[in-house]
Amino acid sequence: MKALILVGGYGTRLRPLTLSVPKPLVEFCNKPILLHQVEALVKAGVNHVVLAVSYMSELLEREMRVQEQRVSSKTPGPLALARELLNVDNEPFFVLNSDVICDFPFKDLLQFHRGHGKEGTIVVRNHQKYVLYVTLVENKVLKKSTAILLPVQPNKKLPTSIEKEIFPVMAGESHLYAMELQGFWMDIGQPKDFLTGMCMYLHSLRQHAPERLRTGPGFLGNVLVDPTAQIGENCTIGPNVTIGAGVVVEDGVRIKRCTVLKGSRVRSHSWLESCIVGWSSSVGQWVRMENVTVLGEDVIVNDELYLNGANVLPHKSINESVPEPRIIM
Amino acid sequence: MLKAIILIGGPQKGTRFRPLSFEVPKPLFPVAGVPMLQHHIEACVKVPNLKEILLIGFYQPNEELNRFLFNAQQEFKMPIRYLQEFAALGTGGGIYHFRDQILSGSPEAFFVLNADVCSAFPLTEMLNFQKEHGEPNSFVILGTTANRKQSMNYGCIVENEKTNEVLHYVEKPSTFVSDIINCGIYLFNPEIFQHIGAVFQKNQQDMLLEEPTNGWHRAEAIRLEQDIFTSLAGQGKLYVYKTLSFWSQIKSAGSAIYASRLYLNQYHTTHPERLASNKEGGPKITGNVYIHPTANIDPTAVLGPNVSIGTGVTIGAGVRVRESIILHGATLQDQCCVLNSIVGWDSTIGKWSRVEGTPSDPNPNDPFAKIDSETLFRDGKLTPSITILGCNVNIPSEVIILNSIVLPHKDLNRSFKNQIIL
Ligand SMILES: Nc1nc2c(ncn2[C@@H]2O[C@H](COP(=O)(O)OP(=O)(O)O)[C@@H](O)[C@H]2O)c(=O)[nH]1
Ligand SMILES: [Mg+2]
Repeated sequence: MKALILVGGYGTRLRPLTLSVPKPLVEFCNKPILLHQVEALVKAGVNHVVLAVSYMSELLEREMRVQEQRVSSKTPGPLALARELLNVDNEPFFVLNSDVICDFPFKDLLQFHRGHGKEGTIVVRNHQKYVLYVTLVENKVLKKSTAILLPVQPNKKLPTSIEKEIFPVMAGESHLYAMELQGFWMDIGQPKDFLTGMCMYLHSLRQHAPERLRTGPGFLGNVLVDPTAQIGENCTIGPNVTIGAGVVVEDGVRIKRCTVLKGSRVRSHSWLESCIVGWSSSVGQWVRMENVTVLGEDVIVNDELYLNGANVLPHKSINESVPEPRIIM
Repeated sequence: MLKAIILIGGPQKGTRFRPLSFEVPKPLFPVAGVPMLQHHIEACVKVPNLKEILLIGFYQPNEELNRFLFNAQQEFKMPIRYLQEFAALGTGGGIYHFRDQILSGSPEAFFVLNADVCSAFPLTEMLNFQKEHGEPNSFVILGTTANRKQSMNYGCIVENEKTNEVLHYVEKPSTFVSDIINCGIYLFNPEIFQHIGAVFQKNQQDMLLEEPTNGWHRAEAIRLEQDIFTSLAGQGKLYVYKTLSFWSQIKSAGSAIYASRLYLNQYHTTHPERLASNKEGGPKITGNVYIHPTANIDPTAVLGPNVSIGTGVTIGAGVRVRESIILHGATLQDQCCVLNSIVGWDSTIGKWSRVEGTPSDPNPNDPFAKIDSETLFRDGKLTPSITILGCNVNIPSEVIILNSIVLPHKDLNRSFKNQIIL
């Protein structure tokens, strides 16, 4: 079985992280976003994933080979080109957006789809919005309201916009069914939602794989820590924290509702809430960071500073506090 | 024999020092670990042949002042007394009213010091200057150089550059007069009372002609600056001794942090024992820090530069304090961070909280710049200033209090920025 992942654009909303790494490769809860999707697809019996990409495709290709040998990757460019690749056998295939995180229900979806026997099924998470879709031909709400996990029949031609061109027609022909999503769903395309999605994902881990969460003194709520990370003494970490590979958190640090990406260091006595710390960054001593502060790759925040909603581009050294939300070029 | 008089003002003065002046008279507010006035007194007792110090003000007698006087007398083995004016008599009216007390024992000269200045107090130099220059019975004002713009907030002095005689004196002029300003530190001799007396007589005559109006018009209310210096200038009587040593006014609470920095720096020569050093089992000290011996400080804390820690203060693990004054009985819990702030008596800061202000230091690139202690508000907005926690304020864990003033006895439950919290 096959699947098409619409990777697409520049991931501008997730800057400054996507200035260093294409969005599908940004680690969400210590795993590249794309890998979350690919793993779920593989589990559902998919053995061929087509990525519709445009930006930093070489990097993506290289990374995917390394990370997931079982699936082959192709870079067909425009969406329509994927048709040849998908149209080989007469089986349904999945289509999904790359920046969506949920408890991917691929198996249930396939069963549901086969059950009604029509051309398409879209997964919706809010029934009301689905109704909106059916009655509106040109619908923009849809894009937001649905996780597009869509097995469509391969004989259908694929235009550029599934939401605008295919769904309305299919719905008109009574060929589109909706399956309501159980559990969480989040478009993690921007930092604020990335953090909210992380909270949802960790909550779901608590229910389905609690052994993967870190517990013990100094850890509160749902906390995911890579085994190679080091946590100092007298820290309080959590709730809702992800700490990546090789991260060093020194003594007396307080972190809540944050993602700290691999290779970073948080120096002693700092306090972080609702932040994303980019790869190989360094946060100084007695730093306070909050309000969706996002550090790009290799950023240095000097000691005793206060960052409120700062968006810091890669390779910057910050020497002054940022008391109001601002982009630091 | 010499004497010194310190003008300490009264409760209606020092409003820019709120909310800290609610708890303690401003002249007793600790600067570099000791009451503001103690720096004056320490300078006075060093002057050879100075035999008595008189504080003149219009505070009701109060416990803090009494205790301070008692301790100071014990420590310095010198009579130090408080003389209370019946009303605010101005900077000249008070000394005139108490002239008999000042003249008893026949001092040949006496100093008059404003309480709200921070200075190296070059008193002996002023005496020497008086002997070397000018008329035998001349008066000396201590002067310093300010920049053009800031000079107009002070008393401005035009001197004869050869003789240092004061040719013109204008208090807080509206246009530029001179960059030499009055430091509020004077050397007088008993003849000054003739000049104040003349103003007093004139005021009394004027009062007979006028309808009685408000209290400020009473004959005894006399300002040294406007009523005496202005007319003495150019009479061969008034001289200015210009100092290059440090000097600042202490009007706002923010200037207390700056003044602390100046005094802590002076401690290297005057009181090295008051400066904390890095010791086995003690906190890490960077720069000049004063720690009261009764303070209890975790060895993992990092303090300085310019930090003063009062009696009985408790500082937890991993705490950071810089450019701040921590008043007695305060508690700083683990990992909290205090920058450019004054933490009031018995206040508590919770774990991982950040209490931070914005310093209003003089421009470091201008050697003549002074601290601006002007308005609290600009364009209807609180101007970013140091953060001040009044007495007994409780800051919870993990919040930030930024550029704010918290009035006494408040329990906060969240973060605040750029606010006065009543
Ligand atoms: N005893 C006494 N001291 C005063 C009086 N007015 C001001 N002072 C003190 O004199 C000094 C200068 O005060 P003032 O002239 O009001 O302020 P400035 O002109 O802004 O420096 C301060 O130390 C005041 O506390 C007063 O009426 N009586
Ligand atoms: Mg004055």
